[in-house]
Amino acid sequence: MPPTHSVTGEFTHAFEIKSGPVNLPLLKLLSDDVGAISAQLRQKIRQAPDFFRNAPMAIDIHSIADASDNIDFIALVRIMRDYGLIPVGLCGGQERHNQAAQSVGLSVLSLARHEQPPSPPQVSETPKSKSPPAEMHSKIIEQPVRSGQRIYVAAGDLVVMSQVSAGAEIMADGNIHVYGTLRGRALAGVQGNLESRIFCHDLQAELVSVGGHYKISENIDDSLRGVPVQIFLQDQSLIIQRL
Amino acid sequence: MARIIVVTSGKGGVGKTTTSAAISMGLALKGHRTAVIDFDVGLRNLDLIMGCERRVVYDFVNVINGEATLNQALIKDKRCDKLFILPASQTRDKESLTVEGVGKVLEDLSKDFDYIVCDSPAGIERGATLAMYYADDAIVVTNPEVSSVRDSDRMLGILASKSRRAEQGEEPIKEYLLLTRYSPQRVKLGEMLSVEDVQDILSLHLLGVIPESKAVLTASNSGVPVILDDKSDAGQAFSDVVRRYLGEHVTHRFIDLEKKGLFNRLFGG
Repeated sequence: MPPTHSVTGEFTHAFEIKSGPVNLPLLKLLSDDVGAISAQLRQKIRQAPDFFRNAPMAIDIHSIADASDNIDFIALVRIMRDYGLIPVGLCGGQERHNQAAQSVGLSVLSLARHEQPPSPPQVSETPKSKSPPAEMHSKIIEQPVRSGQRIYVAAGDLVVMSQVSAGAEIMADGNIHVYGTLRGRALAGVQGNLESRIFCHDLQAELVSVGGHYKISENIDDSLRGVPVQIFLQDQSLIIQRL
Repeated sequence: MARIIVVTSGKGGVGKTTTSAAISMGLALKGHRTAVIDFDVGLRNLDLIMGCERRVVYDFVNVINGEATLNQALIKDKRCDKLFILPASQTRDKESLTVEGVGKVLEDLSKDFDYIVCDSPAGIERGATLAMYYADDAIVVTNPEVSSVRDSDRMLGILASKSRRAEQGEEPIKEYLLLTRYSPQRVKLGEMLSVEDVQDILSLHLLGVIPESKAVLTASNSGVPVILDDKSDAGQAFSDVVRRYLGEHVTHRFIDLEKKGLFNRLFGG
């Protein structure tokens, strides 16, 4: 992106400092056993080497901070670099962890909550203060959604008790639940809510999408077709998980 | 008040007119005063299947435009005095049909008839949407193949959203599935969708299964609704359909490949 120059009097600014949301994958440690971490990391990266190449990643030790006093950050950082990752910081640690991390060049990151980027939870919490409008926008459809029909629920969830036929399109700003067979297209979080999910009883969809990240039928694994699944975003990739 | 039945499908060539002819004849044979209307303006066919093409003077569009009365345009069937046919115009197009015009004709017919069967044209345009607009019941004619099933699904969506009942928030149109041109042999060979496959996709109440049969073509060509051929499998299947529609419990036939069914086909078809 070209830098923007703004002229104020005689001065030309070379940069601006702004805070912006950045999505960062977290390496959430469940153990401080560096050998075990290394082995699992190797396996994980082998599955998607391109995805992890030069990927910045923060280390989240929230789950083990109370129990572990001596986390070997030197070894951890070395392992991550060896696998092509760029360790950028630590979060979820206590004071003693933070000092150790800073000594090996990691920054200390503070997240509002450990598992989620800061913005979406704020969005979902604001309506609470105003009575309960979030629930009221949701819609329940009891009839089959037929080919050629489109249903969109603004600012809420969509629940379909029946089937969604091929050629039908269901969309919601929130989550989508389909308790019959989903054969059409389902798009959750169409206004960009990356936390929204799709749940369906029998996945045979033409297309599924969460927050603009989509998968077409051809790219859906056969083992996930015809079974109950949930579909959500994790580290910017669409995960279809059997329920 | 008459019950208005639309015979529809979305896709062409699946057997709507054959079904309209057979079901209207079946209802009339059961003693109900029945009118059958050809909505396929510009592609008039029902009169041929009913065998009354040489007696057409006025048509549906003439009645809508006030150029003829209903009594002048209705053709009484020669085989059953409870059945009347309102033919389509062959020289006009579907734009001649209006919501008000169709509504007025149906309202007038309702005073004299028990059942009005509307034979819908293919497609989802004006003729088809007007044929189903005033319906109380819909018979969705589907062939056991994927494109026909999808088009039927599309039509079901339109029935649920663009009919008079939907627009006025009344009880929705009752939808029935009629599977036609069904061949158990080809289902067994995997060349055709089975009844279960189609019901799985459409989830509709099954009114009946009409087997693929030479009797249908023979009947069409001779202008005799196939239901009158009571020796044929298709004729018997349509009789079952009418009885089921009228509320009788009749077991489904012609779905499975049975030895007995095969013999019937050989000698009866």
